[in-house]
Amino acid sequence: MALYKYSIPSKLIDENGIRVDKRKYNELRPLSCKIGVLPKCDGSAYVEMGGNKVLAGVFGPRKVAPRHIMNPNEAVVRTMYRMATFSVDERKSPAPSRREVELSMVIRTALEPAVFVSYYPKTLIDIFIQVLAADGGTRCASINAASLALADAGIALKDLVTAVAVGKVGGKIVLDLCDLEDKEGDADLPMAMMPQNNEVTLLQFDGNMSKAEFMEAINLGMFGIKQIYKVQQDAIRAKFKDISEGVAESEIEEERELENEREKERARVGKREGEGESDD
Amino acid sequence: MDSYKIISDIERNHILALTKKGLRIDGRGFKDVRDITIETSYIPKAEGSSKVTLGNTMIVAGVKVAIGSPYADTPDSGVITVNAELSPIASPEFEPGPPDENSVEVARVVDRGIRHSNIVDKDKLVIIPGEKVFVIFLDLYVLSYDGNLYDAGEMAAVKALMNTKLPKLPPNFAELKGEWITPVKEDIEWIPLEISDYPVSVTIAKIGDALVVDPNANEERILDSRLTITINAKNEICSMQKGGAGSFTFEDISNAIDLAQELAPKLQSRLKETK
Repeated sequence: MALYKYSIPSKLIDENGIRVDKRKYNELRPLSCKIGVLPKCDGSAYVEMGGNKVLAGVFGPRKVAPRHIMNPNEAVVRTMYRMATFSVDERKSPAPSRREVELSMVIRTALEPAVFVSYYPKTLIDIFIQVLAADGGTRCASINAASLALADAGIALKDLVTAVAVGKVGGKIVLDLCDLEDKEGDADLPMAMMPQNNEVTLLQFDGNMSKAEFMEAINLGMFGIKQIYKVQQDAIRAKFKDISEGVAESEIEEERELENEREKERARVGKREGEGESDD
Repeated sequence: MDSYKIISDIERNHILALTKKGLRIDGRGFKDVRDITIETSYIPKAEGSSKVTLGNTMIVAGVKVAIGSPYADTPDSGVITVNAELSPIASPEFEPGPPDENSVEVARVVDRGIRHSNIVDKDKLVIIPGEKVFVIFLDLYVLSYDGNLYDAGEMAAVKALMNTKLPKLPPNFAELKGEWITPVKEDIEWIPLEISDYPVSVTIAKIGDALVVDPNANEERILDSRLTITINAKNEICSMQKGGAGSFTFEDISNAIDLAQELAPKLQSRLKETK
């Protein structure tokens, strides 16, 4: 028996174009990205996008197991998308659902075009995604996290892959659907791109839209993707900034220690000289 | 199978040689537990949650509450089930797939620690005796594996229960029978789950002749045997689990219990001091 349900407001967007979570039609939810968060992975990333919390871990290129999936010319990319039982309102069964199996595939085909698979023949690249908290648009948050994890693993990429969901609520095209808009809206359009060359690698659509609305929606999606792309790039820079600052600090520390030792040495020498003088 | 138990001879011999000198591979003393960090209310949609790190081991625990039927043999008790998932992001050797015996063991050891410490009074989870009870699902997600999932799991589980809340049901719930209308989330009054104990587990590994606390992944790979001892707030033993293919002497077991009872109060105060 479900413990609770949500109250559905009569309007998902008001006369002034303000949405249920106080956003404007073209506003993203708060977004944060961090890479190198899991110590045992070759690459990893953590993304918070609105209420979504997603961890992605990458292993590889590594030995292919089972061997029969090996490709002699390219790396095999394997993706697993799973939601935690407590990530949603009603507990999800821990066994993989059909939805999770499909999304694993859709996410793989969104990411694979960015990977230089021919650089790594006879290997396996594993991408594991764990959704810890879900709030509408988990597949987009997962793609954003997974492409960062691939970059963190040092795998050669054409570009990062960046994703966002656009949709239609109350007859208006809006950016980055939240859980309620996703469930109660008129249309949902998750999309992913390699932003440098505007190549679309994921496109799904549920609902009703005219062609004009659809074109408006994907343009709005691109507007969001450019902003998310910047946050992703900053996340990668942040890791290396931390390292270079760490190095700088340790160098300063070393320099200070050396200076202290020289100081002591000088004091000792000076004292000895002083003693010498008093002897005279 | 169990490929993550494989370790090179050179590493094995190095750890064994260090142990003979009273040293450990990560520089700890035999009685030292790794650094612990605890975060609470980590998952917004869970009724209780926590994230615990023990060195490089990381576990997220989440509680979901449902209204369900009691077990036929305990009609006047609520239900608590513990489940553990070893996510493949936790270690390069973990394979995706259904829970294997290792994850089931973690879940069972944590479950028994909770069950036998009476941390939650299950009689208080009854809504209509014999018919409706609160069912508490406690799921542990291992996100990073560096040994000792038992102690980290127990701590994450207890911390998640400590911030779990139950919905207040209408007083005439029993009369409503099937007519109960699911309330809107904002209208629910939440009551914190009553906690009456702070069980912690201490896992002790026997490596050669030494007993070391809180084994890391490499120590787990070479240990002869391990003993997980769960200690309640009164410093009594409430559950134990021997693991590994080796054996313990009576003296080892007695020493291990002394160690667990010495360390448990410190771990319990860590649990209590984190909001």
